[in-house]
Amino acid sequence: MGKTITIDPVTRLEGHGKITIHLEEDGSVRESFFHVTQFRGFEKFCEGRPFAEMPSLMARICGICPVSHLIASAKACDALLAVRVSDTGANLRRIMNLAQFVQSHALSFFHLASPDLLLGMDADPASRNIFGVLDAHPSIARDGIRLRKFGQQVIERLGEKRVHPAWIVPGGVSAPLDTKVRELILAELPEMKEIARRTLAWYKKAYRAFEAEIATFANFPSLFMSLASPRGELEFYDGQLRMMDAAGNVIHGNIESNRYHEVIEEAAEPYTYLKFPYYKPMGYPRGFYRVGPLARLNVVEQCGTPEADREFREFQQLQEGAISSSFHYHYARLIEILHSLERMEQLLDDPAILNKRVRAVAEPNNLEGVGVAEAPRGTLIHHYKIDEHGLIEWVNMIIATGHNNMAMNKGVTQVAKHFVQGREIAEGMLNRVEAVIRTFDPCLSCSTHAVGQMPLEIDIMDAQGEVIRRVVRGAP
Amino acid sequence: MSVLQEVKTLTINGREASARGDETILEIAREHGIFVPTLCHLHGLSPVGGCRLCLVEVEGANRLLPACTTRVGEGMVIRTDSDRLKGYRRMILELFLSERNHTCSVCVSNGYCELQSLSRDAGITHVRVPYRYQRYTVDASHELFVADQNRCIMCTRCVRVCEEVEGAHTWDVQGRGIEARLISDMNESWGDSDSCTSCGKCVQVCPTGALSEKGKSVAEMSKRKQFLPYLTLMRDKWK
Ligand code: FES
Repeated sequence: MGKTITIDPVTRLEGHGKITIHLEEDGSVRESFFHVTQFRGFEKFCEGRPFAEMPSLMARICGICPVSHLIASAKACDALLAVRVSDTGANLRRIMNLAQFVQSHALSFFHLASPDLLLGMDADPASRNIFGVLDAHPSIARDGIRLRKFGQQVIERLGEKRVHPAWIVPGGVSAPLDTKVRELILAELPEMKEIARRTLAWYKKAYRAFEAEIATFANFPSLFMSLASPRGELEFYDGQLRMMDAAGNVIHGNIESNRYHEVIEEAAEPYTYLKFPYYKPMGYPRGFYRVGPLARLNVVEQCGTPEADREFREFQQLQEGAISSSFHYHYARLIEILHSLERMEQLLDDPAILNKRVRAVAEPNNLEGVGVAEAPRGTLIHHYKIDEHGLIEWVNMIIATGHNNMAMNKGVTQVAKHFVQGREIAEGMLNRVEAVIRTFDPCLSCSTHAVGQMPLEIDIMDAQGEVIRRVVRGAP
Repeated sequence: MSVLQEVKTLTINGREASARGDETILEIAREHGIFVPTLCHLHGLSPVGGCRLCLVEVEGANRLLPACTTRVGEGMVIRTDSDRLKGYRRMILELFLSERNHTCSVCVSNGYCELQSLSRDAGITHVRVPYRYQRYTVDASHELFVADQNRCIMCTRCVRVCEEVEGAHTWDVQGRGIEARLISDMNESWGDSDSCTSCGKCVQVCPTGALSEKGKSVAEMSKRKQFLPYLTLMRDKWK
């Protein structure tokens, strides 16, 4: 009879996840699944609320990336109002989003991933964390802490509150930029860029030691999706969606965000609350795709800032066509940190950033609105419908971890097949299964947003496909 | 001189004070810079003594008395700040918080709410009683304003300002106890109300985010109560 090993919960992830590994008679891995067992039902409890509350309500989905939800939500509300946000308003939102990229990527890279990279995947789990890094490699840990703090401070300074800023509102932002805040941020940027540069320089040597992981960490052909500017540059705030195939060809470009549902469909599986979005023309499950830092750097033709572009061209040398190993999410994240800092500097250098017209005011003019933005973890879609009084009637969200759902499952299977042999499961192998998930930097509490009508079923199966144990919860 | 205008002498928190006979304990406390928390009371509206937050101890009285509706008396010895009172006030606030969904962080009045600031001052970090609130539908049918009963504390300031100052009597209360709720006209949606003059006074006197201006985002709904003292002054002057 086959044996099922369950690793639960995955440590060092935001929220909770569960992985099941299905074994064959001989103990080899047949298949693995990454389950999301936590759900928060945000879409449901937004119903009936005035739409203007949505950005702040949505920012509560996630304490790690509140700004991304704020932005996607505010953009969906802009669409409801049918207003065009002023350039300054949009650029101020951009700056906050870039700060969010810096802090979130710093958290993912330094706090969550660097212990594996620096101390080794098989190091004692008690010290395989940011404190262990602080002991063994204090300068790297300090850089990470400094960088994250900078990002958080920019958000705090702009929004006057660190975790859940209410500054981004439908129609723009609620207050113009303070000259002093601009000076403060600009003064710190050179030091931050220096940190980004030296981290990249170090990482470009360090990653070569992880050939086995690069070869096995969700390394397979897939589609990639992200926003891009009309010129094909990185664009976290606006732009159009692009779908790219594994060979590196844009197979679907210029997808206006409000038409996302023409190319993306969501499938449901009984064993998880998380839905499985796929590229419609290719069908389910063949049309699975990845989003996030790696996807963005695959999809765009350039970053659009000088230093990041130099790094980007080097990054592109990794592989012909689209870069397929999810291990390189880490590398892509570092390039995006550099890009975010450069872009922030460009936007702040422009005197127009101090303009006072930062908010467009209107009544709702559309009953349906879509907002799409790039979050640190990938494309984030908010889609609302309101009644004639402006109360929310229906909400759909597709979140980065959702887009990456299928790729993560495949990744877990791939790693498990390579590292888990027989019945003996050593700590190091389990760590690698977790680590592959971590390259995607999933934020689990926010990605399980469907309310409990969907059945949650966990089947434990032996090699004959016999269910030896079934846990069912929340069936309709 | 009527009896009510006679001067009374009394002690409040150990301090000697004198007051006119038609003054309330709350008024004399405020005159002496003594803070007594209130929610249903609003200067310019008739007092109802509904929220019980302003309860004070009066020596010789066999129960606590609401400062907002109790007239001063000769020789009264009043305490407004005993530990017993603080404990009761805290419990009252917790009961308010448990009766409706007061999630401050996503409320339009976050940062401007009287319930919130009183709770913060009382040091409330959690609610010790079970939450009893049900879900109320938000009424956004009015073209300018939104009524969100989920944030209502039944202080009835809106009811009183609408009747006593605006003279429209659009608002009233239906039901009792935890089932009590605000209704406009004959329980129609606010947008269909014939009596509502869209003056907005109810919104401005509402201590929480229950009544707000349409389109306000979270933490944007600060209330402007300044109009009320002016209107009441004018009203009393021409009466
Ligand atoms: S203020 Fe006195 S009872 Fe409410």
